[in-house]
Amino acid sequence: MDKRIQRARRADRAMTGIFYGIAAFFFALLLAFTGKVIIGGLMGASPEMFAFARQGAIGNQLFNTVYLVFISLLVSVPLGVFAGIYLAMYAKPGLFTRFLRICIETLSSLPSIVVGLFGYLVFLVFMGMGKSLLAGALSISILTLPLITTTTEDAIKGLPAGYFQAGMGMGSTRWQAIFHVLLPACIPRIMTGVILAAGRGFGEAAALLYTTGSGSSLRWGNWDITSPTSPLNVLRPAETLSIQIWNLQTNAQDAALANLASAVLLLLVLLFNIGANAWSRHINRKNSGEKA
Amino acid sequence: MLKTKFEIEHLNLHYGSFHALKNISMKIPANEITAFIGPSGCGKSTFLKTLNRMNDLEENVTIDGTVRMDEKDIYSEMDAITLRHDVGMVFQQPNPFPKSVYDNVAYGPRIFGIRKKSQLDEIVERSLRQAAIWNELKDRLKKSALGLSGGQQQRLCIARTLAIQPKVILMDEPTSALDPISTSKIEDLAMELKKDYTIIIVTHNMQQAARISDKTAFFLLGEAIEYGKTEDIFARPQDKRTENYITGRFG
Repeated sequence: MDKRIQRARRADRAMTGIFYGIAAFFFALLLAFTGKVIIGGLMGASPEMFAFARQGAIGNQLFNTVYLVFISLLVSVPLGVFAGIYLAMYAKPGLFTRFLRICIETLSSLPSIVVGLFGYLVFLVFMGMGKSLLAGALSISILTLPLITTTTEDAIKGLPAGYFQAGMGMGSTRWQAIFHVLLPACIPRIMTGVILAAGRGFGEAAALLYTTGSGSSLRWGNWDITSPTSPLNVLRPAETLSIQIWNLQTNAQDAALANLASAVLLLLVLLFNIGANAWSRHINRKNSGEKA
Repeated sequence: MLKTKFEIEHLNLHYGSFHALKNISMKIPANEITAFIGPSGCGKSTFLKTLNRMNDLEENVTIDGTVRMDEKDIYSEMDAITLRHDVGMVFQQPNPFPKSVYDNVAYGPRIFGIRKKSQLDEIVERSLRQAAIWNELKDRLKKSALGLSGGQQQRLCIARTLAIQPKVILMDEPTSALDPISTSKIEDLAMELKKDYTIIIVTHNMQQAARISDKTAFFLLGEAIEYGKTEDIFARPQDKRTENYITGRFG
């Protein structure tokens, strides 16, 4: 009897050690990786690399990256949220809904290079758009749409049934109950989906290779959105940080610049995640209130 | 002579092939508290939900028979949204929205298009006073309703319902999730509100039905076995099954 307990205790201690060990390993790995990229990238940089210039700097690419992700979210968030609402609140179980779900699952596991090719065929060849920020942003939207859809659906389904019932019980229409009660209640969870989607967009290179091109000549102060050098024009070619890294590495021109671009990209994702997390926690706190 | 609020005739309800309510006919008077009692699964909550058509939200429900409120058939002469403006509902689990106290109470008036701040302020205060919770909450109108205790949440839900000025309030076991003190507050509130509203309450708790209701209906296996004045039902039940239930022989 004593032996059995001793054995169990030993196994328990061993497993605890293993769990701590793996956690420490991951932490160290993460720290080493981000440390190497960020510190290495910043150390090798010179001040002029931060400029918003056509060559030898990352400013324009940084702007392109943020702008492209913004445009892509502008498309994928409303579409994804509405699709998620449809699946959670309107879709009747049946053949069509099951087919729709299979489509969404397939879409979410598509290799991004294939989506890039699809974007190339549809936006460039078929619609005749030309390599542009918009074509790239729409390709990223295709990639992130399933993510936002499923997060929204799960968020709504995860709410207490009482919210919807109470809304309906007061004489709301379905849409009023969804828009005024359910959606505000699941904003923090939808935000999680948006963060993941944005992260995907920030880092994506493959889907942009055929679609955005590698333009980086912007004339700051030119706010005419039809001009090819205007930063705000969405129909101009736009090199993002990840494409820039790829270009610099494959053409082996400037390793220091590529390292800096990597560091800035990593920092961008990190800052965005922290910011979005803080905002969603703030809403969560506001919703749940402090105890009386 | 009391005015009749609801007149139900030969009401049958099926969930798919399950016959959940069997040929129910009764008249429910205005400005009184009517209690529905009976064991779990007897159909009392289902019956309650036919009165504001919350059953419409579920699938595979078929209803026949007539339910008239103020002499109007609520299934053929009214639409569900309008009906629910007149027939508010309080649920078993307190279900305030994850919004501030103020926004909870203002929800109903807002969806009916009232936007003016002064008007909303007035409705919120009046509703919270009517629900006897103004003094407790007046300093925390902007705080989230989810931070309140269960009993406060339930009274807030009643205030939220009062804000749309219904004629009838349906209560589906409103105190079953609450402690005894909160329960007695809700009961006092119901007694107070019956002056202006018709109240129909489903309860598991026979003492509660005896304490607060004027009329009581006993349900068993989808049938309304006995319906009458509360003191008659409890003192002189006509049906053997009612007697067995209220004396605690099953339930």
